[in-house]
Amino acid sequence: MATQKHSPAIKGAKVLMVGAGGIGCELLKTLALSGFQDIHIIDMDTIEVSNLNRQFLFRQSHVGQSKAKVARDAVLKFRPHISITPYHANVKDPNFNVEFFKEFNVVLNGLDNLDARRHVNRLCLAADVPLIESGTTGFLGQVTVHVKGRTECYECQPKPAPKTYPVCTITSTPSKFVHCIVWAKELLFAKLFGDKSQANDLNVRSSDGASSSEQAEDVFEHRKDEDIEQYGRKIYDHVFGYNIEVALSNEETWKNRNRPKPIYSKDAMPNDISQQNGNVEKNGATNDLSSVSAMASLGLKNPQDVWSLMENSRVFLEALKLFFMKRGKEIGNMTFDKDDQLAVEFVTAAANIRATAFGIPLHSLFEAKGIAGNIVHAVATTNAIIAGLIVIETIKVLQNDTKNYRMTYCLEHPTKKMLLMPVEPFEPNKSCYVCSETPLSLEINTNRAKLRDIVEKIVKAKLGMNFPIIMHGLALLYEVGEDLDEVMKKNYAANLDKVLCEFPSPVTSGTMLSIEDLQQELSCNINIKHREEFDEEKEPDGMVLSGWTEATSVVKDDKKSNANAGSTSSASQLEAEKNNEIESGTGKKRKLSEVSEAVNPDISSVAGDTRSQGKLEVLDDDEDDIFMFDDWESATNKKKRLQ
Amino acid sequence: MDGEELTEQETALYDRQIRVWGADAQRRLSKAHILVCGINGTTAEFCKNIVLAGVGSLTLVDDRVATEEALSANFLIPSDENVYGGKTLTELCRDSLKDFNPMVRVSVEKGDLSNFGGEFYGNFDVVVISCCSLSTKKLINEKCRKLSKRVAFYTVDCRDSCGEIFVDLQLHKFSKQKLEETIECQHNYPSFEESISVPWNALPRRMSKLYFAMRVIERFEEAEQRKPGEVSIADLPGVLKLKNEFCEAQSLKESHIPDALLERLVTDPREFPPVCPIIGGILGQEVIKAISGKGEPLKNFFFFDVMDGKGITEDLSNANTGS
Ligand SMILES: [Zn+2]
Repeated sequence: MATQKHSPAIKGAKVLMVGAGGIGCELLKTLALSGFQDIHIIDMDTIEVSNLNRQFLFRQSHVGQSKAKVARDAVLKFRPHISITPYHANVKDPNFNVEFFKEFNVVLNGLDNLDARRHVNRLCLAADVPLIESGTTGFLGQVTVHVKGRTECYECQPKPAPKTYPVCTITSTPSKFVHCIVWAKELLFAKLFGDKSQANDLNVRSSDGASSSEQAEDVFEHRKDEDIEQYGRKIYDHVFGYNIEVALSNEETWKNRNRPKPIYSKDAMPNDISQQNGNVEKNGATNDLSSVSAMASLGLKNPQDVWSLMENSRVFLEALKLFFMKRGKEIGNMTFDKDDQLAVEFVTAAANIRATAFGIPLHSLFEAKGIAGNIVHAVATTNAIIAGLIVIETIKVLQNDTKNYRMTYCLEHPTKKMLLMPVEPFEPNKSCYVCSETPLSLEINTNRAKLRDIVEKIVKAKLGMNFPIIMHGLALLYEVGEDLDEVMKKNYAANLDKVLCEFPSPVTSGTMLSIEDLQQELSCNINIKHREEFDEEKEPDGMVLSGWTEATSVVKDDKKSNANAGSTSSASQLEAEKNNEIESGTGKKRKLSEVSEAVNPDISSVAGDTRSQGKLEVLDDDEDDIFMFDDWESATNKKKRLQ
Repeated sequence: MDGEELTEQETALYDRQIRVWGADAQRRLSKAHILVCGINGTTAEFCKNIVLAGVGSLTLVDDRVATEEALSANFLIPSDENVYGGKTLTELCRDSLKDFNPMVRVSVEKGDLSNFGGEFYGNFDVVVISCCSLSTKKLINEKCRKLSKRVAFYTVDCRDSCGEIFVDLQLHKFSKQKLEETIECQHNYPSFEESISVPWNALPRRMSKLYFAMRVIERFEEAEQRKPGEVSIADLPGVLKLKNEFCEAQSLKESHIPDALLERLVTDPREFPPVCPIIGGILGQEVIKAISGKGEPLKNFFFFDVMDGKGITEDLSNANTGS
């Protein structure tokens, strides 16, 4: 079995690696040691300090440089005679097209987000190149093999799609710390420091249905001559005091819930203390804006400490003050960034004060940062194990050893005595819209919905296309591309705002739209069905796509009585990773496919990618899950053997 | 724990892993002293993992001078003969490992493993040995067990595409998560000698075949006075003969130890490179669990074989309770 036995297959192979991060560093090293000689590696990221604990090819001095390039140089030190070609680029760039993928014998993914994974899956299908997919979180990991026509593709199984939180849970009835984080980050932070033109559900509605925002809108306006300390207290009292009083006035809401306690700054923080609050001058020594910190000026050192209500209140006011005094220029166009210390401090403090009001346990800045920033748990050992398993499958694929292909799970606790559990791959799903030709169906109100709704909510968000073309018969309705002339661009832009039934050949019940992405060489058909009404809470998109393999939504059904406390803005969605409902759902048992979902750390960039669409995504404060395989037999029996 | 806090630098560097095992475990790691005897691809992987994890110190023992063969599965050794020429494996690995994490002290100890006294092993919290004979394994395990201080003891071996880990944590107390609760547990581990003395016919029927095969090869090398791994296909008849003797003496069916498996293990005793990060990764995780006292550590053998792809734990301590 040792290396030389495989030599011809390995030496002659041309391998494409996508991702030079946690798994990527381990994988590049292991490929090189195993005798691979022609490796191409794509990664758009640059190196950060928090990578160094596991991405062992990188050093402190490399921070800020291209991961792909530094990884190449590091590996050439112990294997100088092999060829490694780095690309500091996004795998979705158009030059990485089907022709490019066809050059390789196998593609190995070490990615951290769903979007890029789906994209690579489609290119591999189009180019007919085997794909080996992998993912890790904490001590859990998995490796899967995807060979067109032989095993399932990456998208044959449901993926952990972001889940929707009812808006009113965030605005009025939070019950978990994550709800407070979403509120602090996506509503309060956005309201104070973000784009003022964006719709924002910060203000709750009073029982008469009138929004408190009309009379309260100017509360958030900072007048030129207004003392910043007073302004901060005004915001504090409004969002933690007044808004909660308003919510309390909806008696129906609190029939079966604990009533929150409004908090006012004078109670949380007596005047004399606030006067000694923070010494902004301590921050003044440096001009480096990124080092402005409320913790520093208040003398709070340990990010692992859970602050008291008073400490949180001081951090809240201090951070607000620092934003206005030190970073005034950015106000009005900021979005939350987990690497922005002051923003993390502000969000932590605001979430904790809100949690206090609602009787929810408080959390440290370290924990709050993880939740707010969707930070994926990662250790070196799991990545190393997964990289070894990837190389083993790679060699099988290159030798066309089809009957021995396995998907392997790396577990935290032995199951059936196993820490590494191999499973035969599944057959392709015959109704997968990516690797089979099954049409999808879309229920939508064709008298109200615009083409833009389909493009944004279905074609981009759900089908994951980058350069879509939408056709109705021979009529081109919409197209994205670099080579369009001005007339076409205008034409398509106008089409976006047309109501579906108002097209020259109307899109109504029974219409078949065909949608194609030329770069991904993916095409699919959608049957349109008209439907008049949609449930705002359960179907916030105002449309339902079926035949599409999304995990069933686990949205908690908030009491109907709250509906009037919710927002009327259907554009605003509060989404969360599916993972977080694992314990609280029906789930005492998890099926194989669900294990694979949970292990897929698709979290971080899903949030990043959708930020611009105004969606709110969070990762719940999930603990390490305990897997149970009671359904193991039935899951494996469902599958027919390959061959 | 003892109130000492992680520095800002540590919190930034270890951010992602603190999210996995907690700040307390990180503090314990930073105070742990690890000894690794025997450098190969698998222990190189292990060293990388625990240096990245941020242990207090790592001491390496192996006086062998680097040769081209040693490079094969070991990424810690630069390929340039002008660099590695004349240096020992441990010196080369130390230099590479230091770079991975400046906060970890990495040093080299010269000398022969079996000549070190018990007090030497008492300097460490964890002892990992590889590339050594059956008698050395037993000897060092006993030295560690005689110390008043509890030292976690591991052996790790990787041959061809198979790997084995043995764990002796003596009496180990740990906490584990069970649903919402944290519960305190303990495991009592047998020594290496005790474990391998369990009669084969007393072992569970589905015991990993690799366990038996490794014992046969170990004994063969010892009987023939070979260095660990110093076997070839020419030795197969001798190995098979020894296997049959064992099976007869222990009333185990000969078919239980497939000849094909033994053939693989003697044909190319070198490490198959992709197996090294798998075995080195599992070992790294186990050592982190043992140091932090968090999570249930494996008890007391682990086996991996590329052929079936399974990573299996075997408990050879239940079988011999009562003995
Ligand atoms: Zn598919």
